Amino acid sequence: MPWRLLRFALSDKHPEPRMFTRHDQLKPAYDVVIIGGGGHGLAAAYYLARDHGITNVCVLEKGYLGGGNTGRNTTIIRSNYLTPEGVKFYDESVRLWQDLSTDFDLNLFYSNRGHFTLAHTDAALRTSRWRAEVNKHFGIESEVVGPEVVKKAAPMIDLSCGGHAPILGALYHAPGAVARHDAVAWGYGRGADMRGVEIHQRTEVLGIDVAGGKVTGVQTNRGRIATNKVLCAVAGSTPRLLDMVGIRSPITIHPLQAMVSEPVKPWLDPILVSGSLHVYISQSARGELIMGASLDPYEVQSTRSTLDFPEGLSAHMLDMFPFLSNVKVMRQWAGMADMTPDFAPIMGRTPVEGFYLDGGWGTWGFKATPVCGKTMSYTVANDRNHELITGFTLDRFRNFELTGEKGAASVGH
Amino acid sequence: MRLPPQSSEWITRSKPLRFRFEGRAYAGFEGDSVASALAASGVSVLGHSFKYHRPRGILSAANHDVNALMQAGGTPNVRADAMPLAEGMALTAVNTFGTLERDAGRFLSGFARFLPVGFYYKAFHSKRLFPLWERMFRAMTGLGRVDFATPRLRTPKRYGFCEVLVVGAGPSGLSAALAAAEQGAEVVLVDEQARLGGSTHGASDLIDQVTAHPRIRVFTETFAAGYYADHWVPLVEPNRITKMRARAVVVAAGAYEQPAVFRYNDLPGIMLASAAQRLIRRYAVRPAQRVVVLAANADAYRALQDFIDAGIEVAAMIDLRDAVPADQQSMLAALHIPLHAGHCIVEAISSGKRVAAVRIAAVGAATPATNIACDGVFMSVGWAPAAPLLYQAGTKMRYDEGVHQFVPDTLPDGVFACGRVNGIHTPAARLLDGERAGSAAAAHCGFGTMKAVSVPAEAESPTHPWPIVSHPKGKNFIDFDEDLQLADLENAIQEGFDNIELMKRYSTVGMGPSQGKHSNMNALRVLARATGSTPGEVGTTTARPFFHPVLMSHLAGRGFTPERRTPMHPRHEAAGAVWMPAGVWQRPEYYAVAWQSRAACIEGEVLAVRQGIGLIDVGTLGKLEIRGPQAAEFLERVYISKYVGLKVGMTRYAVMCDESGVVIDDGVVARLADDHFYFTTTTSGAALIYRELSRWNTLWKLDCGLVNLTGAMAAMNLAGPKAKSVLAGLTDVDLSFPYLAVREGSVAGVPARLLRVGFVGEWGVEIHVPAEHGAAVWDALMEAGKPHGIRPFGVEAQRLLRLEKGHIIIGQDTDGLTTPGEAALDWAVKMDKALFVGQRSLQAIAGKPRRQQLIGFMLPADHAGDAPKECHLVIENGEIAGRVTSIAWSPALARHIGLAYVRSDMATEGQVFSIRLSDGSMVMANVVKTPFYDPDNLRQKEPA
Repeated sequence: MPWRLLRFALSDKHPEPRMFTRHDQLKPAYDVVIIGGGGHGLAAAYYLARDHGITNVCVLEKGYLGGGNTGRNTTIIRSNYLTPEGVKFYDESVRLWQDLSTDFDLNLFYSNRGHFTLAHTDAALRTSRWRAEVNKHFGIESEVVGPEVVKKAAPMIDLSCGGHAPILGALYHAPGAVARHDAVAWGYGRGADMRGVEIHQRTEVLGIDVAGGKVTGVQTNRGRIATNKVLCAVAGSTPRLLDMVGIRSPITIHPLQAMVSEPVKPWLDPILVSGSLHVYISQSARGELIMGASLDPYEVQSTRSTLDFPEGLSAHMLDMFPFLSNVKVMRQWAGMADMTPDFAPIMGRTPVEGFYLDGGWGTWGFKATPVCGKTMSYTVANDRNHELITGFTLDRFRNFELTGEKGAASVGH
Repeated sequence: MRLPPQSSEWITRSKPLRFRFEGRAYAGFEGDSVASALAASGVSVLGHSFKYHRPRGILSAANHDVNALMQAGGTPNVRADAMPLAEGMALTAVNTFGTLERDAGRFLSGFARFLPVGFYYKAFHSKRLFPLWERMFRAMTGLGRVDFATPRLRTPKRYGFCEVLVVGAGPSGLSAALAAAEQGAEVVLVDEQARLGGSTHGASDLIDQVTAHPRIRVFTETFAAGYYADHWVPLVEPNRITKMRARAVVVAAGAYEQPAVFRYNDLPGIMLASAAQRLIRRYAVRPAQRVVVLAANADAYRALQDFIDAGIEVAAMIDLRDAVPADQQSMLAALHIPLHAGHCIVEAISSGKRVAAVRIAAVGAATPATNIACDGVFMSVGWAPAAPLLYQAGTKMRYDEGVHQFVPDTLPDGVFACGRVNGIHTPAARLLDGERAGSAAAAHCGFGTMKAVSVPAEAESPTHPWPIVSHPKGKNFIDFDEDLQLADLENAIQEGFDNIELMKRYSTVGMGPSQGKHSNMNALRVLARATGSTPGEVGTTTARPFFHPVLMSHLAGRGFTPERRTPMHPRHEAAGAVWMPAGVWQRPEYYAVAWQSRAACIEGEVLAVRQGIGLIDVGTLGKLEIRGPQAAEFLERVYISKYVGLKVGMTRYAVMCDESGVVIDDGVVARLADDHFYFTTTTSGAALIYRELSRWNTLWKLDCGLVNLTGAMAAMNLAGPKAKSVLAGLTDVDLSFPYLAVREGSVAGVPARLLRVGFVGEWGVEIHVPAEHGAAVWDALMEAGKPHGIRPFGVEAQRLLRLEKGHIIIGQDTDGLTTPGEAALDWAVKMDKALFVGQRSLQAIAGKPRRQQLIGFMLPADHAGDAPKECHLVIENGEIAGRVTSIAWSPALARHIGLAYVRSDMATEGQVFSIRLSDGSMVMANVVKTPFYDPDNLRQKEPA
C-alpha cells in the first residue's frame, strides 16, 4: 500500500481540495479564449500557462469536462503512422504521454501493452511493412511479425478468425498503450486551473466576433468576452464553429461507436486491431473489454447508438475469440468524429487573424492530446505555426499538399 | 426456508433439482432461480462485493443483483437472482480469492480508509513501480472468468413486426396491451419474467384476457435491450434476439425499488420489500424469521400482509415519514406491529453472516435510540423509473416533486409511457394509465380513437426524497456494484466533480453491471443536496443501451460473412486451387501440383502462358453495362480518357479518379453500339464503383442507364501463343479481329463477348459469357487446349505476367494519394475534355512539381542474397525517397524486376538507387523502361 494513501486513513476530513476552481462570473476580457473543454483544449490551456506564461485564459465548455470524444474513445495511444509528418508528430505525443502521470501527480493508468495491427490479406501485410519501414526510419519501434508472434502475445486467439479471415501477420508496435481517458482531461484541467486558467463548464459559445479579419470577442450564453485570440478545439462541432467566423473547411462529421463488456478477470494483455474485421480491442484494468470498430459510413451529427454496431462487432469479436460467446456486452455509445479528405488533422493559424484551429481529428484525437496541447499553445502564443504541425494546416487543401494518412488505407486485390 | 404451497408460486414441487454451490450440494425445484433455491436452503451469502469483498446476498431478486454474480462452469457473471435453476448446475461466487467462506480478499474491507474515492488516481504512478501495481490490480479486478474452451455459439436472430409493442407486463402493461388490441392493433407484449403480472404475482385477472387475445403475442423471459431509431427494439430471449420493428411503443417497464442508505445496509438479509415479496410469492421462500420493515410509502404497508401470511414476525415498522396516513396506522394497530414514525435505521448490526439487529433513531437525531433484533430488513422507501428506453427514444424527462421521481415530460412521436415509469403507482391508477396509453398507441397506428381516460394523481409520494442517513464511520453504501459509500460521493463532489456526469466518471457510480439501477437516484440526490440544487437541475446521466447486458453470441447471431464464388469455383477446387481472398471473393492464388513447391507451381503456370496456353478466371472483375444516348458522355465524365470518339467494336483502357484527382480504379471500356457500352472495374472496387457511378448518374440526370452485371456474367482470359488456334475451333467469331477490339459471337455454343486484351503480354482474349454457362465454356476451353498443355493459372502468375509488362495494379502500385501522373498514366489523362471527375484537382496539381514517379526497376544480374519486398523504402542520402510497390523474380528475364515510386529527380532511365531491406541492409537497383518483357508489344498483337 503506497504511503500517500495513508493521509486519507489518518484524516477525519477528506484531505483533498477541489481540482477545478468554481468561477461564478466570466471576466470581460481574456488574452486567450479556448473553446472546448476536452483533452485538447485543456492541454493547450495547461501548456499556455506552464510553458508560455500566458494565464489570463479561459476554457469554455458547453457541457462538462472531457464529455466529448475525450471520454468516448477506446483510449489507444500509438505512433505507428504512415507519413513522416504523422510519425514525428505522434512520436512526440507518445514521449509526452509517458511522463504525464508524474507531471500531473495523477495516475492516468498509462499502460504500455503493445499494439498489434493484424493483417488478414497480403495487401494489409504490404501496408504493414510500409508503416513498419517508415516507423523504423524515424526510430520508432515497429515490426512486421508472423502469426506465431500474435499467438504468443494472445495465445487464445483463433488465428483463422473463424476460417474466413486467417491472420497472415501483423504490424507490432511495442510502445502501443492505453490510458484512463477521463483522467487525462482532469489532469490537464487541474494543472491549468492551478496556474490561473479559468475553466467554465456549461458555457456555450453562440458567436465569434470578427472585425476587419481579426477576432475581437466571443459571444456566450453567459455574455460577451473580449479577446484577440480564440483557439477552437471542438471535435464533432468544428464546422459549426467555423461557420461563426466564415471559414470553409472540408470537414464532415461521422459517428464513431464503441462498446464495453461486463468485467471479466483480465486475460488479454496486448491491444489488438484488425482492419479487415473492423475490430479494436483492449482490456481495461477493471476487466472490461473495450471494443471499437470503423466509422459509421454516413454523415450524422448525433451521438445516437445503432443496433447494427454491437451486432457486427460482436460477430467479428467471436471470429477472433470464439470463447467470448458467453460474455455480455454491457454498454454502447457513440461520438462524433471530424473527418478530413486525407485523414490528417487541421491545425494552426487560419485566414482569420487570431482564430486558431485544432480540428479534423477523425478517429485518433485522443492519442494526440499532449502534442496538440504543446504545439497549439506554441502556435497561439507566438502566432506562428509550430514546426510539427506545418503539414496539417488548413491551406493544404487549397494548395493540394495533402498529408495522406489515408495512404495507409490500401485497397485489397 | 421453504413455505407451504402458495397460490402464486412458480416452482413445481414434483420436480426437485440438485445443484452445487461453492462445492456443497443443495436442492431446489424446477421454477426456482438459483438465488431462491439457495435462500430456501438457508444460504444468505451469495457473493462478495467488487472492491471490499464484503458478503452480500439478495437485494432485488429482480435481475439487478450484481453482488450475486456467479460462475456457472464456463459461463461468467451469471445473475443468480434471474438464472433459472437447472439440474446438476455447479456454481461458484465470482470475485473471491479462494472460496466464498475463505476469501483472501476479505482483508480489503479493513483497508477501506486507505481507499478513498478515486484512490487509484492518487497513487501507484511512480514510473518504475506502476507496472507492478498494475499487475496487482489486474489480478484483483474483473468478475467472472472466461473459459477459453467455450465454443463459438451461433444463435439465430429473428425479425419481428407489430403495431404496438408493450414493454412490461405488470398491471399497466397488461392493461395497455389489452386496450390497444381491443382497438384492433396487433400487439406484442414483452416481459423479462417467466410469468405475466409483474408485482401482482399472478393476481391480475387481465392475464387470462391477454393470453387469450388473438391479437396479442406474448414474449416472456424476454427483455427489451434498447430503443433504436424508428421504434426498432431488440427483444432478447433466452436463446435468441428478435429485432422488433413497431409502429408505436408503450413503455410500461415499471420502476426499480430503491434501497435506503445507512451504515451496513449491505448485510445479507437486508433487501427490498419487493424482493421479499418475490421470494415469498413466486418461490415460496421465507427470507427471514423476524424482520424490521423500513418504510416511506404505501407500498410497504400493502406488502405487510404477504410477510405475515408467510409467517414472518414483523418486529417493527420504521417509517421515515413523520406523518403516516391514518389508514396505514390503523393497519399496523390491527396487526399489533409497533410503528416508529419519523425514524430511520442508523446502522445494521451483523451476526457475522447476516443482519442480527438494527439501531434506529429519530430522523435527524444525534444519538441512536433503540436496538431491534431481527434477521431481516425489508426496505420500501421509494422507486426509480425504469426509463432507459424512454431516454434512448429521446423523451424529455422532468423531476416531479409530487412523486419525487423523473417522469416523461415530452414523449417522441409514437412513444408512450404508463404505470410506475410514468409516475403512477397506485394499483387501480396503473390499470387506468395503461388503458390510456394502450388506446393512444393503437390510435397512433390508425386503430380506433384515443379513449379519454382520467388517471387520478398520486395522493401521496411513493418515494421518499432523502432515504439517506450519514454515519461518521461510513459503510453506508450507495452503489453495491462498485462498493461506493456516501462519503465517496461527497468527497468526489468536494474534489470538484460536481456535475452528474463527472461524478459518475470519477467515482464510477452507476458504471457497474447493473448500470446504476439502485444507485443513480441516490447519487443524484447526494449531488443535489451538496450543490444546493434540485434533482431536476442536476439531471440524470445518459442511459445507454443495453438495459441488461446482452450475450455476445446473441448479438453476433449466426455471424454473416458472405463470400462470393465464381461459377468456375468447383473447377478450380478440382484443379487443386490454393485460395486467396480478393475483396469478398475467393480466387485461386495458384494451382497446387503434387510434389511441387509454390514457386515451382507458379513458374509452371507462367511458362504455360508464355510458351503455350493458359486460362484464368477473371469473373471477379466488376462488369457493368451502360446504355442510352448519353452513355458515352457519362463515361467521358467518370473516366480520365475519352470515349465519345471510341469506335463501335473497340475497347479502351479506363482509369477513374476521385474528386481530389487520386486514382481509384481501372478497367476496360468496350463499345458495343453507339449507345451501348460494356465495361469492367477492379475486383475489390466493383460494388463501390457501381454505387459511386449510380450516384453520379442520379446527380447528372444524363439520358442513360447503368446495370451491374458482375454476378450475371462469367469471364475468363485465354492467353498464350496457342490461344488463337485453340479458340478458333470453338467459336464462330473471326479471330483476325484486331488487338483492343471487341466482338460478339458464340464460344462453345454459348453467346459470348470477346475482348482482345494484352494484360499478360501474350495474344489473349477475355471471354465474357452468361454466368450459368461459365463452367461449360471453361470446360470446353480446357478440353480443347489439352493437346497444347493448357494450364489454369492463378492470381500470382498473373501478377508476375503483368509485372513483366509493366502494368500497374490499382491499390498495390497506387495508394490513397496517387495521381495519374505519378502512376505514369499521363497518357491516359485528357485534360481538354469539358468535364471529368477529378479534373479541377488535376489542373491544380499540374502546376506543381511532381513529388514522386512510378518507375520500373531491375536488380543487377549478379544480385545475391535477399531481394527487397513490396513496401521496402527507397533511401537517398539517408532520407525516404520512395518505396517498392511490386517486385518479383522474372523467369523470362532471369532478373528481379519491379515497380517503385522514387523522387521525380531520380526517375531517369539508367539511374541507380538504393532500397533498404527490413534488416537495414541496402540493395542497389536500376531504373529501367517498361515493359520489361516484349518491349514492342508484338506478342500480344499476333501469336508468336
